[in-house]
Amino acid sequence: MATATHSSPGEVARLALHQFPYDLRAFLRNPQSRFFTLALPVLFLVIFASVFGHNNTVKVSGGTIDTSVYYVPGIIALGIIGASFVNLVISVTAQRESGVLKRRRATPVPAAAVIAGRTLTAIVVTIAITAVLLVIGWAAYGAHVPARTAPALAVSVIVGAISFCCLGYALTSVIRNEDAAQPVTQAVMLPLYFISGVFIASSVLPHWLSDVGNVFPVRHLVAALLTAYNPHTRGAGFAGKDLLIVAAWGLAGLVIALRRFSWLPHDS
Amino acid sequence: MGTPTGMDETVVSASGLRMRYGTFEAVRGIDLCVRRGEVLAFLGPNGAGKTTTVEVLEGYRHRTGGEVMVLGEDPARAGPSWRARIGVVLQESRPERDLTVAECLRLYAGYYPSPRGVAQTLALVGLDGQADAIAGRLSGGQRRRLDVALSLVGDPELLFLDEPTTGFDPSARRAAWDMIAGLRSLGVTVFLTTHFMDEAEHLADRVMVIADGRIVAEGAPGTIGGRQRAAAEIRFTLPSDTPVDRLPDPVRAALVDGDGGRLLLRAEQPLTLLGPLARWAEAAGHTLPDLEVRRPSLEDVYLALTSPDSGSPDSDPSDSGSSDSEPSDSGSPDSGSEVP
Repeated sequence: MATATHSSPGEVARLALHQFPYDLRAFLRNPQSRFFTLALPVLFLVIFASVFGHNNTVKVSGGTIDTSVYYVPGIIALGIIGASFVNLVISVTAQRESGVLKRRRATPVPAAAVIAGRTLTAIVVTIAITAVLLVIGWAAYGAHVPARTAPALAVSVIVGAISFCCLGYALTSVIRNEDAAQPVTQAVMLPLYFISGVFIASSVLPHWLSDVGNVFPVRHLVAALLTAYNPHTRGAGFAGKDLLIVAAWGLAGLVIALRRFSWLPHDS
Repeated sequence: MGTPTGMDETVVSASGLRMRYGTFEAVRGIDLCVRRGEVLAFLGPNGAGKTTTVEVLEGYRHRTGGEVMVLGEDPARAGPSWRARIGVVLQESRPERDLTVAECLRLYAGYYPSPRGVAQTLALVGLDGQADAIAGRLSGGQRRRLDVALSLVGDPELLFLDEPTTGFDPSARRAAWDMIAGLRSLGVTVFLTTHFMDEAEHLADRVMVIADGRIVAEGAPGTIGGRQRAAAEIRFTLPSDTPVDRLPDPVRAALVDGDGGRLLLRAEQPLTLLGPLARWAEAAGHTLPDLEVRRPSLEDVYLALTSPDSGSPDSDPSDSGSSDSEPSDSGSPDSGSEVP
């Protein structure tokens, strides 16, 4: 007698919610995760705003803002990517290579529940680091998000988090061992931070470099966050085109991840 | 679950199972069968195809030939409800390193429809004192117990243990054996992969030996490979002033080797030699203090079965065909036993 080969969506959701608190706890217990995902963005915001923010302004759509204020959405993008992409790639690659995923494969838990549970952890951590950076921006640099654009900011954060989780799963599937996970994610992201307006305002970049940055999702995530964060923005602050480009990247990542996701260590 | 419904029910069966990786065929058509409640030891040297076979049965690998049924389903197509009935201890896996032992178990218990209690499972593997320890900081032996606990928390009917005690010190191995023996009383069917003969002898109802991707022997640990019929070995040293030809005739006739003053006899019925030998020694006033009688151990049988020159049908032709190698010495004095 054949038994069910798939779990129902309700069962997947139930198991994802079961998985989630354990992943979150494991994240919080890991000092490396805490430092790179929670402390580093705060450190970056304080350093960049202190070094470049003194009496400087940046031209943005609709006027100028203090450089220190400009850095808040940029570093929020870095925080989102750190939690949803970098940390996810490193931890999932380690789980796969160390046989943790392989062992789970022998249990009834469906892949979708394991993936969704881990993604939920990334999203919760993303929301936490975003909140911390917003509070610092408000307390230290007097920047606050207008109520009318707050929903747009929230949507941008969530779209960014989910899209970069998908991209993270896609990248994990092509990394061969856990030692490579950290350097590969940094090699991918560091240059993009520089040409996407995270560390340096895109308005001061040479055109060609800015054009290169425009191809990738980091630039558009920064743009969407800046639109919602910029006090000169009129209306609800939804940067529809930028969000669509970020989501399209996420979708491409999802397709790759679904095709290539593996429970087993790479060499087996 | 876990109550045996009869020893005759087949839980695992395979016929003509083959597994090919590229041009290399790791498993070359094996048949096997495990009955409910049984502990089967699957023995073989590294690279013989043990883990490949187990991973096909567990559903990790898709066979390239043959038929396989595990708990009534094809593992290559079975789903979550099938996986809820098996437990798997992998040869190598690290723990969920940032969770405590109890958290790991609660996480896994949540995957199953009707799990065993966490405390009960911890007690079963002797980890009840470590419930709050971080899994990543356990010792090697404790980690292996956690592996076993995670495989048992779903209350499986069938448990795969892939080299569960590799890397253990002798006392940890003994403890693990007690634990595995205890599973039998729960009615769990155990498919045990190992390369330790003593482990197989201690735990298994039945032993299968795989070499070069084929089953080369199968049977109870005491009789596999004709072990119960194989000749016993008798060893002793004669006093230096006593020549060998003073020995009684039947003893001299059974003499196989006498190098270094220590004599080796072989006998299918050891008493037929020991009687004359004892009477002769008593009469001559010799005490033969190093007299030793030994049946071939499971290890001897295993080594004979799995050695490259044991005559497997298509073993590497260079082993037997090269002209510069010494003629094969069938009565090799070191091999300890001859398997009929």
